[in-house]
Amino acid sequence: MIDYETLRLLWWLILGVLLIGFAIMDGFDFGVAALLRVLGHNDEERRVLLETVEPVWEGNQVWFILGGGAVFAAWPFVYAVAFSGLYVAMFLLLVAFILRPVGFSYRNKLNDPRWRNAWDWVLTVSGLVPMLIFGVAFGNLFLGLPFRLDAEMRMTYEGGFFGLLSPFAVLSGLVSIAMLLAHGASYAAFKADESLAERSGRVARIAALAYIVFYLLAGAWLAFGLPGYAIVSAVNGNAPSNPLLKQVAIQGHWFAGYAAHPAFWLAPLAALVGAVGSIVLISARKYFAGFLASSLVCAGTILSAGFALFPFLMPSSLDPNSSLTVFDASSSQTTLGIMLVVVIIFLPIVLAYTSWVYRVLRGRVTLEHIKHHLGY
Amino acid sequence: MIDNEVVTLSRLQFALTALYHFLFVPLTLGLSWMLAIMEAVYVMTGREIWKRMTQFWGVLFGINFAMGVATGVTMEFQFGTNWAYYSHYVGDVFGTPLAIEGLMAFFLEATLIGLFFFGWDRLSRVKHLLVTTFLALGTNLSALWILIANAWMQNPVGAEFNLDTMRMEVTSFATVAFNPVAQSKFVHTVSAGYVLGAMFVLSISAWYLLKGRNIEFAKRSMTVAASFGLASALSVVVLGDESGYTVSENQKMKLAAIEAMWDTEKPPAAFTAFGFPDVAERKTHFAIHIPWVMGIIGTRSLDGVLPGINQLVEEAAQRIENGRIAYAAMQRLRADRNDTQARADFDAHKKDLGYALLLRKVVADPAHATPADVQTAANSTIPNVPVLFWAFRIMVGCGFYFIALFGYSFWLASKRQLDRHRWYLKLALYSLPLPWVAIELGWIVAEYGRQPWAIEGVLPTALGVSSVSAGQVLFSLCGFVIFYTALAVVDGVLMAKYARRGPDGLGISPEVKPSLGAAS
Ligand code: HDD
Ligand code: HEM
Ligand code: HEM
Repeated sequence: MIDYETLRLLWWLILGVLLIGFAIMDGFDFGVAALLRVLGHNDEERRVLLETVEPVWEGNQVWFILGGGAVFAAWPFVYAVAFSGLYVAMFLLLVAFILRPVGFSYRNKLNDPRWRNAWDWVLTVSGLVPMLIFGVAFGNLFLGLPFRLDAEMRMTYEGGFFGLLSPFAVLSGLVSIAMLLAHGASYAAFKADESLAERSGRVARIAALAYIVFYLLAGAWLAFGLPGYAIVSAVNGNAPSNPLLKQVAIQGHWFAGYAAHPAFWLAPLAALVGAVGSIVLISARKYFAGFLASSLVCAGTILSAGFALFPFLMPSSLDPNSSLTVFDASSSQTTLGIMLVVVIIFLPIVLAYTSWVYRVLRGRVTLEHIKHHLGY
Repeated sequence: MIDNEVVTLSRLQFALTALYHFLFVPLTLGLSWMLAIMEAVYVMTGREIWKRMTQFWGVLFGINFAMGVATGVTMEFQFGTNWAYYSHYVGDVFGTPLAIEGLMAFFLEATLIGLFFFGWDRLSRVKHLLVTTFLALGTNLSALWILIANAWMQNPVGAEFNLDTMRMEVTSFATVAFNPVAQSKFVHTVSAGYVLGAMFVLSISAWYLLKGRNIEFAKRSMTVAASFGLASALSVVVLGDESGYTVSENQKMKLAAIEAMWDTEKPPAAFTAFGFPDVAERKTHFAIHIPWVMGIIGTRSLDGVLPGINQLVEEAAQRIENGRIAYAAMQRLRADRNDTQARADFDAHKKDLGYALLLRKVVADPAHATPADVQTAANSTIPNVPVLFWAFRIMVGCGFYFIALFGYSFWLASKRQLDRHRWYLKLALYSLPLPWVAIELGWIVAEYGRQPWAIEGVLPTALGVSSVSAGQVLFSLCGFVIFYTALAVVDGVLMAKYARRGPDGLGISPEVKPSLGAAS
């Protein structure tokens, strides 16, 4: 049997994999939905854009749902504290996730311009809202969230919704929006009708440029403007999960981990190389390669944030000792072990049939093809 | 102290969103298999009409599926947003089936649904049939895992309280997965979904026959619905009896409340077919008893004893006293980990720890509870008897009606006389809402009947809530009600519109090939 500490580290990596899967897969359909009105100038163009994601967004969204389930199973403290603490933000996120499926499925069902226009707006907003909320939530992790645990592990949260919108958090919201708009636009550039590729490519390049600026700004702010968190008592990676048994101080900065493990620098490097690469490739009309580059941006960005936070999952600003870390917020060794086996068996199967589906659906969605549809 | 307003609002929100989710889920469960059956006939016979049937019912399936997904996402996160302490307390056990459900089932169904709609001209016949079949399999696997989670709440096996982490942890995952309650629940619930799917097809087809439209299409659809529906209705009723039996083994209070059985009867107990349960007097007025039936259903024997509500309350009071010993020992152990006497006291009584937690609603500190407080807490273990009594009887009544209706339909279908009687077609049409009624009432019996427990005997519902304010929950509750109502209207309008247009109006014919893509 694998020891408890290794299991926890593996589950921290799996959490990263799920978040990256979510950003890459669901990210492009958020992007396409959010840009629907920008990239598509009339109903037919919009139907083309929608049809690039319609057959696949449902499967993509499961990355988000599985993220929820996996956090519940592997990091129950995080599941409980994050979602109840960020109650109102979660509600807004859920509304977006409620409206999106309905928007995708119902928009084309009636041939009335007002109906379709209304759903186009719904799709735009329900694409933008999750990007913003995820970015803002990540930003707040670096600031610490105002929660504390009592001896029975009941959590209290002393902050409201608007407290989340501090300047740094809004900046990381912008990082996330720019990243996923670029990602969505580069998807449209290789998947939608040729005539839309030029336009989509332009939007993708602008967004990628904005991403580079925001990302560097956020990095500089993190290096010079924000204190870090550190565990100052001994860490026992094999101890039972009880966040109250350690001591945490607010000291130093969030780049301490990078100093200790220089390999961590590969993550931000990948993000920036990906962003520059996608601009270059899209300019050269290598649209699919541009999309792969923007996927690299998603992976690099998430990893760079995760590495900076390590070993913290959710720092607490109110009572730093209550902070949730990789070593004290997991489920039991048995559960982590069982879940690991399940992931090892099923994730490859999922990836196999998902890639089969994408292969079946390969090729651009053309205007010609859309014209022959009945349109409901 | 627990804020009771937050508890009430959170329960209301959970109940409304879950009952709402379950308006769409059973149709997905039932219709997906019927699509697979119709398409299999198409692949085997090569007759286009069966493909049209698959495509037409597929359009309605798609409208419904979107709502199932939209409302399911809320459920997945609601444990965290509104039941944070619950999530901490049992996440180690309860999260696993939810995660497996995502990995094993949601990915399958959600990835394949796109190909179901967009794959008609990209896949060979057999491959498309495989897609449809795995889609149906995915929906049913999702039901399996979520019901394993739900069954654990009714019968929490394979887990133990851990003092170091203050939560329940898995001791045997196999025991959790093979929980007998989960098995009877799964079969009963998916069969209920099949009944609903069959009724949906039966009713809408009956309407076409009444209007004289799509005759061949409707008759074939009705034939499939009649046979699938009859098998499912039999399975619901026979396995509903199995549900009753498993309930009687581990949730005696729920069973006694369903039966409004106030006092233990001499075995074999009678079944109360009718009556008016009176909670204040703990009596059932105008009761009509059918001798022996209850004892046989509940214990599978003539001499097994089914305890009454009053006796179960006394038992609960005793367990509360035991639980207080465990609770006090837990406090002592927290002060001194090495207190061996405290450890021994705790181990001896920890199975009743949950009962001590019932006191938390009555007094701030269970250590200071008076005998009157204990009695109040013990009385709180009685669920709402009249609601359970009636909900159960309506569900069972529906069950026997479905057997009759589908049995008759099957007979007509086999004699090729489905369009013979207008009264029959009207009956089939107007029976459309009944499976939904039975299904929602079934959940009310199962979940409301579990109160005051979130996890039977382990965690009272009231303790499970998040530390959020009543205002926040009220805000989200109003939000869900507004959005869900709006979506219900949109969904209903679209469903009715597409059903009314029918396969003829939609131009679903062999000539117009894969155009359904746009309708996904
Ligand atoms: C017996 C069956 C059953 C039950 C009790 C539940 N569900 Fe459900 N759920 C399904 C059966 C189902 C399904 C048949 O698989 C759905 C319905 C329609 C659909 O699209 O998939 C679905 C959809 C669905 C989705 C969207 C999945 C996707 O994107 O494909 C989520 C996240 C949940 N559910 C989560 C839950 C949770 C957390 C529940 C517990 C409170 C719950 N469901 C009760
Ligand atoms: C979709 C079908 C379901 C329906 C219709 C349903 C119905 C209900 C109802 C009516 C309540 C309110 C009881 C009350 O508070 O008085 C409730 C509560 C609850 N149910 Fe279910 N339920 C369903 C599935 C599930 C499943 C599958 C789970 C777990 C996996 C679950 C977990 C809970 C929880 C945690 C509560 C809140 C605590 C409580 O009030 O007991 N439910 N449900
Ligand atoms: C003779 C007929 C029936 C009997 C004896 C019966 C019995 C039961 C029992 C005892 C429960 C509660 C299980 C629990 O508390 O865990 C239940 C729940 C339920 N019933 Fe029925 N039932 C019958 C017919 C039906 C019909 C016709 C439907 C719908 C088509 C239905 C749908 C449900 C559902 C959805 C639940 C909740 C899920 C569950 O707990 O399994 N039942 N039934």
